[in-house]
Amino acid sequence: MPRDNSIKSVLVIGSGPIVIGQACEFDYSGTQACRVLRSEGIRVILINSNPATIMTDPEFADATYIEPITPEVIEKILDKERPDAVLATLGGQTALNAAMALYERGSFEKFGTKLIGADIDAIKRGEDREKFKKIVATIGGESAKSKICHSMQDCLAAVVELKYPVVVRPSFTMGGLGSGIAYNESDLQQIAGAGLRHSPTTEVLLEESIIGWKEYELEVMRDHKDNVVIVCSIENIDPMGVHTGDSITVAPAMTLTDVEYQRLRDLSIAIIREVGVATGGCNIQFAVNPADGRIIVIEMNPRVSRSSALASKATGFPIAKIATKLAIGYTLDEIDNDITKSTPASFEPSLDYVVVKVPRFAFEKFPEADSRLTTTMKSVGEAMAIGRSFPEAMQKALRSLEKNGASFTWNEGNLPELMKKMTIPTEFRLQQVQQALHLGANIDEVFQATKIDPWFLEQINLINLEAQQLKNSGELTKETIRSAKMMGFSDLQIANLRNATESQIKQTRINFNLHPVYKTVDTCAGEFAALTPYYYSAYDEESEVLPRTKEAVIILGSGPNRIGQGIEFDYSCVHASFALRKAGYETIMINCNPETVSTDYDTSDRLYFEPLTLEDVLEVIEAESKAGPILGVIAQLGGQTPLGLARGLMEAGVRILGTSPDAIDLAEERGAFGEILKQNNLLAPNFGMANSYEDATKIASRIGYPVLVRPSYVLGGRGMEIVYDEESLRGFIEAATAVTPNHPVLIDKFLDDAIEIDVDALYDGSELYLAGVMEHIEEAGIHSGDSACVIPSISLTKELLVEIRQATEKIAKDVGVLGLMNIQFAVSGNPKKLYVLEANPRASRTVPFVAKATGVQLAKAAALITTGVKISQLRAEQILPKTGDGNANGVSVKEAVLPFNRFRRVDGTGIDTVLGPEMKSTGEVMGIASNFGLAFAKSQTAAFGPLPKSGAVFISLSERDKEPGWRAARDLHELGFKIYSTSGTNSFLAGKGVPSELVRKNSDINSNKLSANDVITKGLVQLVINTPLGRGSRHDGFLIRTAAVSRSVSCITTIPGFKAAVAGISALQKDDFGIKSLQEWMN
Amino acid sequence: MVIMNNRSAAYLVLDDGRIFEGFSWAQIGETFGEAVFSTGMTGYQETLTDPSYHKQIVVMTAPHIGNTGMNKSDEESKKIWVSGFVVRNPSPISSNWRSEKSLEQELIDYKVVGIQGIDTRALTRHLRDRGAMRVGIFSDTKLTREEMVTKVRKTAPMSGAFLAADVTTKVPYVVYPPKGVTTRFRVAAIDLGIKGATPKAMANLGIEVHVLPLSTTFAEIKKLSPDGVFLSNGPGDPAAMVDVIELVRNVLTDEIPFFGICFGHQILGRALGFETYKLPFGHRGINQPVIDLTTGKVEITAHNHGFAVAAPKENEFKTVYGNGRVTHISLNDSVVEGLEMISIPAFSVQYHPESAAGPHDAAYLFERFANLMSEPRLGLKESNA
Repeated sequence: MPRDNSIKSVLVIGSGPIVIGQACEFDYSGTQACRVLRSEGIRVILINSNPATIMTDPEFADATYIEPITPEVIEKILDKERPDAVLATLGGQTALNAAMALYERGSFEKFGTKLIGADIDAIKRGEDREKFKKIVATIGGESAKSKICHSMQDCLAAVVELKYPVVVRPSFTMGGLGSGIAYNESDLQQIAGAGLRHSPTTEVLLEESIIGWKEYELEVMRDHKDNVVIVCSIENIDPMGVHTGDSITVAPAMTLTDVEYQRLRDLSIAIIREVGVATGGCNIQFAVNPADGRIIVIEMNPRVSRSSALASKATGFPIAKIATKLAIGYTLDEIDNDITKSTPASFEPSLDYVVVKVPRFAFEKFPEADSRLTTTMKSVGEAMAIGRSFPEAMQKALRSLEKNGASFTWNEGNLPELMKKMTIPTEFRLQQVQQALHLGANIDEVFQATKIDPWFLEQINLINLEAQQLKNSGELTKETIRSAKMMGFSDLQIANLRNATESQIKQTRINFNLHPVYKTVDTCAGEFAALTPYYYSAYDEESEVLPRTKEAVIILGSGPNRIGQGIEFDYSCVHASFALRKAGYETIMINCNPETVSTDYDTSDRLYFEPLTLEDVLEVIEAESKAGPILGVIAQLGGQTPLGLARGLMEAGVRILGTSPDAIDLAEERGAFGEILKQNNLLAPNFGMANSYEDATKIASRIGYPVLVRPSYVLGGRGMEIVYDEESLRGFIEAATAVTPNHPVLIDKFLDDAIEIDVDALYDGSELYLAGVMEHIEEAGIHSGDSACVIPSISLTKELLVEIRQATEKIAKDVGVLGLMNIQFAVSGNPKKLYVLEANPRASRTVPFVAKATGVQLAKAAALITTGVKISQLRAEQILPKTGDGNANGVSVKEAVLPFNRFRRVDGTGIDTVLGPEMKSTGEVMGIASNFGLAFAKSQTAAFGPLPKSGAVFISLSERDKEPGWRAARDLHELGFKIYSTSGTNSFLAGKGVPSELVRKNSDINSNKLSANDVITKGLVQLVINTPLGRGSRHDGFLIRTAAVSRSVSCITTIPGFKAAVAGISALQKDDFGIKSLQEWMN
Repeated sequence: MVIMNNRSAAYLVLDDGRIFEGFSWAQIGETFGEAVFSTGMTGYQETLTDPSYHKQIVVMTAPHIGNTGMNKSDEESKKIWVSGFVVRNPSPISSNWRSEKSLEQELIDYKVVGIQGIDTRALTRHLRDRGAMRVGIFSDTKLTREEMVTKVRKTAPMSGAFLAADVTTKVPYVVYPPKGVTTRFRVAAIDLGIKGATPKAMANLGIEVHVLPLSTTFAEIKKLSPDGVFLSNGPGDPAAMVDVIELVRNVLTDEIPFFGICFGHQILGRALGFETYKLPFGHRGINQPVIDLTTGKVEITAHNHGFAVAAPKENEFKTVYGNGRVTHISLNDSVVEGLEMISIPAFSVQYHPESAAGPHDAAYLFERFANLMSEPRLGLKESNA
């Protein structure tokens, strides 16, 4: 049956900001959904609060609402747009929860629309643990023994029967938020307590422990004719006990016989039928006892998930795209397989390669956090690699992580210590396993310690044997190198084993004419010809790269998501690809992040799923040079990863399009860059470069504390700190040497109380297009990625704006920018002076935000400029405005979203939420309105939940913040809020005539008043204002902030943030915010 | 790739002259057969023990093979039938709680020559583009390349091959329904290379399955007074199965309920007067979409066939036994995958409802056979009763 023609318009619900457990895989799925619907001639209405997404680009929908994803806002959209249907299964848990809330409010009936993709009852049956368990029993499957608990008393009673350890799982949370394993009663109090709070239904499930069992996932699709296919099986190398998002996973499953696999398949099909997912995809997880094969059904997600994105990239079967087609009425057999074009989508992909996914963690950003891996997801990104064997894929995946210590090494080590360490899963457990096997541990011992299936251990053993062979053989022969390459060794790894340099090994390899071949991901293991060039490298015999005649541009992606380098860069890469395809080039994407739109085989003409290392990238270029003409490589759009490769590529004779590697260095080298500033009479904070601690102290005392110290060449403020005295300076230098060994430490004068400005601009060699001037809401000292910002700026004078433009142009010209650049300025002092903090000759994190705020496709323009197009031409072609600079439509506020609720310390308490110069946010939201107050209120609603319009607020201000902050407190009082405060703040406010109720400090146990924590945990306040006294967590402030996080109460830690919130509340009281699509803003 | 010390060079030599170099694996020596590839990601044990692969050298497209070892309970017959086995990365260890023996040991025990470490994807694409062809594996050989190719070209081709006699059971045996299942029917199953899962699947439905040798005559079948006759899968060219085709015609004339799978389906096709033809590279895998034209539903099925029936797909067809129709077709390439007679109780499918290896989507077909046997048939001839 063809599609349902009664559906003429669809509201697609997106997934909001990138958070741990819900990342850009939902931009990938949502973008596919929008594209499918539009190609069917359906009017697409989209809501997503995340401006960094590709799906929120005005061209992907007819009406794009960058608004908070709340039922209230969605109702407004339903009222205004009256869509025929709502699609909520492609926006992660956020969209599904929104759909549930809309259903509870009766919104679908009220606005005459319906949910497509999955109905409410099916969602409930899939997500409600008790209902799901019944379903599993009905179809003859088995669940872990468990008890549903609604209180701590229930939990304590349940554990008597279930016995420790027990697994705690809160209902209706995503990414396993709030779940964990309790080994004793105090664990249980802590984990279940938090779980009860996080669950919207105050419900947790306690479950018998199946830790150490083999873990599998099946991706299932069903159409309305009840045709069901399994798209992919995924096996977790890390057995049960580690969240699948944090596990190293492999596709297809490696250690099941057909009998066992078919049992999982039968169960999956029976479950999807019984749950009643009428159309679309779902993901079902299983545990298998390695001792006897007993199968336990763990859970299902009745929607497209993170694993679906992985499965799509792993197989070439686009789950989200197909799910969308199924939702509008098609059946699987009516849909073409995109890759073969000749066979239908109603089949099960067969893989003739191995896919390995490895998580990327950010524990270095949260040093206090407990780094043990549990059933709560903690990773911030992932890399995927494809190889013709598991060892090849595994080693490629590890180097795709771009992280020190990820790739296997073969050194001396302490075996007993490794054996002990590996019993607890942590970020580097696999490396511990590999080292231990290298040092002589046997497979059985390691299996006992980790429960990692012996098959995987043996494969790692084979890698070790290969390393041994490399190390011990006399001269390197062609066969030795080829053999190592087939096991995934990089030139660098071989070099380390041979005490040679990487370039020596490379030269030897090239002398033997040893290059990888490129195979196609074709869904069918070669059975049918593949028409879509989706390639991966392998050291094998035959290459499948097709010749081409059109000139190609190679775009380097940004690799795994990490804090500081996320979806924003993928956005720019994808736009570049679209623009260059349109301009007549063939685009070739290289990337290894399975969550992204850039690794969709539809995005570019050719996709290479490869690690972003110099060796891997150069080999792709080599292969493509043989296939046809290449114009060059774009390295400025994918963040620091490709930028770091630019010089190496240039030295290998590759043409870098846009800003040259020399210019990149010029901007990054403080000395040279300082010269440029000096020549142009631009101010910079005093600074120096230190190679030693002695240097550093001299420089610091010359320019005066506080100073900002950081290693050079970093992204996201990694290793950056504000240092107030010599002692902390010493601590920093000692820690910093580990970050980037060959680069000096930069020491800058820290401008206290400065306003920070971010500028994104395009330069073509003669003309500058100033895309946007963003004013940070938090003061300098807080990383720009974590700071809220507003466009247009709210406090800069016309004169300053002119000065900023001139400075930007001078820097762009003298650095030699061709394409995008981002400059950070600070405005400080009286009279106000403009300082240049840093310049980055590449696409910045704010490009998509500026693009949406001004309605200009910056990344597209940048890509074209790198190929030689002039800004004047872009203006003529209406890619850039006819005249002038970027002009914001309305007021747009970007707010950062932070992952503090994901992390706990080893003792179970929360980690501190104070912001600083090191970036910690995982994502962002945007609020757009006609005035600042409303725009800010929207951004807060989208990021943290609605700002209260009335009620009570807890305020505790540090000494230096009392004077600048009291007026905001007064305003809140005047807006009708009750204020609770601690003694210092209380008396200061009283002195200013602002009444507030005194609460005791948490540390003051002698008072019988409510404590600061009490007012938060008892839910007496709707907002918390707490500005920190300094670093460290001994203060009451720390307890206040963590209490707010665990109670999910918005907590503001800066005075500017406080002021902005008051402006937002005031605006909300006057006028509930309205909605307006980007398309309306642009007209 | 680490190749263990005791490995020597090995060659896979195709009849068109292309040679792949790899390393010896399993039995050392030489072997010949028809090169076919199988895309199943699980189920190598079932493949190896499937008699339909007799005289074929099977290329596994999945790179890692042997991971879960071998066990008695997953065998489809008592021996390994493939003439040779081609894998990219055989597993050095077996990891599964049911594993009893390693794959390589089992292959050596059955003297099956294998080869490892070749570009199996390149080989698969070659076979896909040029069709299944004769192939030889040579390990530890002194022959030159030319000599190897010549030797391959001297072997018999699959077209016209009569192989069922090699694989059929020598003596009849009976598979009874398991305890607790009432016996409802008796079926005479002609073994042309039957897999263990097939009688088991029927027995589970209350069918007493008499597995009979290829040489069984129609009179011998009648003596059993079966409720139905079943024709199994098997190796070789259906055109060479003259006697069995005749046998099937007798069954149809007598209107004894009939069900054929795979080879049995091709033989029904020929018995009805259709031609069979060789597919370029066949269907071998467990992910094959087949649509049931009567319901519009898709099933994911296990395939292993190099020949197919040429029957009209659009409309009902006429035969001497009355009208019939094509019930199933492959969604990948529109090959006929199922036949059904309208006025007499006979049907067949080209694929494997018993799966093993493969999905269980088509298991309902055995029920359909049982239903066919339970329907009262007015026109039933009681000739010998």
